[in-house]
Amino acid sequence: MQTAQNSTSTQPQTHAEDEALVVIDNIDFAHGFGAHQVYRGLSMRIPKGKITAVMGPSGIGKTTLLRLIGAQLRPQQGSITFAGENIHALGRSDLYELRKRMSMLFQSGALFTDMTVYDNIAFPIREHSYLPEEIIETIVKLKLEAVGLRGARHLMPAELSGGMARRAALARSIALDPELIMYDEPFAGQDPISMGVIVKLIKELNQSLGLTSIVVTHDVAEVMTIADYVYIIADKKVVGHGTPSQLESSDDPLVHQFLHGEADGPVPFHYAAPPLEDELLGGNNAG
Amino acid sequence: MESRNTQLAVGFFVIIGVLALLFLGLQAANTSVVTNGETYKLYAKFDNIGGLKERSPVKVGGVVVGRVSKISLSGDYYEPLVEMTISTEYSEFSDTTSVSILTSGLLGEQYIGLNPGFIDETVEMLKDGDQIYDTKSALVLEDLIGQFLFSQGND
Amino acid sequence: MLDRVAALGRTTLDTIAGAGAAFFMLLRALVGKPNLRKSWPLLMQQMYSVGVLSLVIIVVSGLFIGMVLGLQGYTILVDFGAEQSLGPMVALSLLRELGPVVTALLFAGRAGSALTAEIGLMKATEQLSSLEMMGVDPLRRVISPRFWAGFYSMPILAMVFSAVGIYGGYLVGVRWLGVDDGAFWSVMQSNVEWGQDIVNGIIKSLVFAFVVTWIALHKGYSCTPTSVGISRATTSTVVTASLAVLGLDFVLTALMFG
Repeated sequence: MQTAQNSTSTQPQTHAEDEALVVIDNIDFAHGFGAHQVYRGLSMRIPKGKITAVMGPSGIGKTTLLRLIGAQLRPQQGSITFAGENIHALGRSDLYELRKRMSMLFQSGALFTDMTVYDNIAFPIREHSYLPEEIIETIVKLKLEAVGLRGARHLMPAELSGGMARRAALARSIALDPELIMYDEPFAGQDPISMGVIVKLIKELNQSLGLTSIVVTHDVAEVMTIADYVYIIADKKVVGHGTPSQLESSDDPLVHQFLHGEADGPVPFHYAAPPLEDELLGGNNAG
Repeated sequence: MESRNTQLAVGFFVIIGVLALLFLGLQAANTSVVTNGETYKLYAKFDNIGGLKERSPVKVGGVVVGRVSKISLSGDYYEPLVEMTISTEYSEFSDTTSVSILTSGLLGEQYIGLNPGFIDETVEMLKDGDQIYDTKSALVLEDLIGQFLFSQGND
Repeated sequence: MLDRVAALGRTTLDTIAGAGAAFFMLLRALVGKPNLRKSWPLLMQQMYSVGVLSLVIIVVSGLFIGMVLGLQGYTILVDFGAEQSLGPMVALSLLRELGPVVTALLFAGRAGSALTAEIGLMKATEQLSSLEMMGVDPLRRVISPRFWAGFYSMPILAMVFSAVGIYGGYLVGVRWLGVDDGAFWSVMQSNVEWGQDIVNGIIKSLVFAFVVTWIALHKGYSCTPTSVGISRATTSTVVTASLAVLGLDFVLTALMFG
């Protein structure tokens, strides 16, 4: 509980005047009946209309955070509110209603492999409305134009390159004009060109559509250029937050290690293990 | 158009299923759907029912008119009581009708044979729930052999 | 020792949790007002891939099993001079047992494993999560149409199987071995009853359809989303579903014909 108290007290004040779309308040989360603790006393505020980056070393549970916000997972403690509503207190149908207002770009893209790109993007529109086919076609073409794939609409997802698949998935995530869009590792496994394209798209979409974006990533350089606000997660809680420039000048060793990619520091190079000498010599003793 | 082809295929699939059901119903099962329409019940007491079972057929001159619906023991002496469910199509049996338990072939199933009695103004017709008193029990092979040996001994 | 007990407890808890999850999965997938306009095409699609595509294997195996029954039955019955009972023997074994059971086993292998693998892959590629985040309930969109397709398809397949099997027995018994044509059908007709045999066979295959499809969908939906997890889930579907079918068949047979 000690850490929880601490991180609550370090609740960001710098942008408290901004209206927050998502507020994560002091959550505890563990997988598998407490077997694997992921978060302890994590708090965050996602300001409306801004790009918020969530960074942290691999395996820290950043995707889990997005799933918590999407209410696919339920925290053991604490609350998450989206636009003033506690999402984990909602009933099943209300939750599905609310999810139409948010959207998520999965790491794999998660396009439906059995339909064309066009049908993939038309899918959420068809599911949630009874619009005539001509209107759907117009919307889909506009969305595809926004990601530059209007010419690829008759291809199957398997025929797309990784970068194109992610852009198609992005077009699908904005098909319903959501308020919040969550990017799960949007830069992972991309070549420099498609990485640049995606950085540009995230920024443009955020500005032109008035979206709120959460970008979860460990690609420091890319995200620092577009993020309005950055959270760094490590060791089950927020270890640093601020605007990119504030963080650059931070003297916190962990933040420093992460931003500059140093091999050893507060996050040790070695996975927790007994000292090497003990293990090598101890093997003899046991034998 | 892909969805149209799918629908066509599923349509044919369902039609094939219905055809199979029709084939099974009309060709493989007994189509004289006795005991499925309107029925009434008759009772008969036997000394011994042999191998008669529930669902054994009730026949008049070889034609199935109903089925045995229940077999139980009744009365102080625990006599087998057979309940027969007969199609109302054949509702004109007089109370002089007799029943016997017969065997189809040497090794075949046992069934109930109804022998319609004479009809004139002195006899009444059997109604639902009536009992037939003129009964002949099943032939039991051991009894037959015993009788045979006994009669041999007398000679 | 205590570790063993704890392991037993853990297994028990996991089993109960799994059964509960499977139950709620089905409950959520099926309860609620259906949207006919949207679910009808989905059902058609699944009827096609689950039912129509299984037709070939069902017809071929039905034909061969009927033919084998005819051949085996004939060689046994002819010793007793009772080869005219070949018709009812073939028909009753197919309608009461082999039709529903073999169809269910083939269905588990052909369609059940495919359902598990498909849903497992949808889970592994985050398509299910993606549906959830789009505000589309994957239980309604993905699980429900597949369940109903399996539930409707299997009795149809079982009937086709029995009909084709009887025809196979007829081919061998009458056309090849020379059992009297009229006797084959008439003795069959006097022994096979609509309510007792055909309807009970259909009830059996409905029960099997429910169980096999449910197991297949649940195994896919709850699998570990990795290649090993999917392959395990697929194997587990075939094994669990087959065992469930055989076990349930005994119970149902005891209830219906016992």
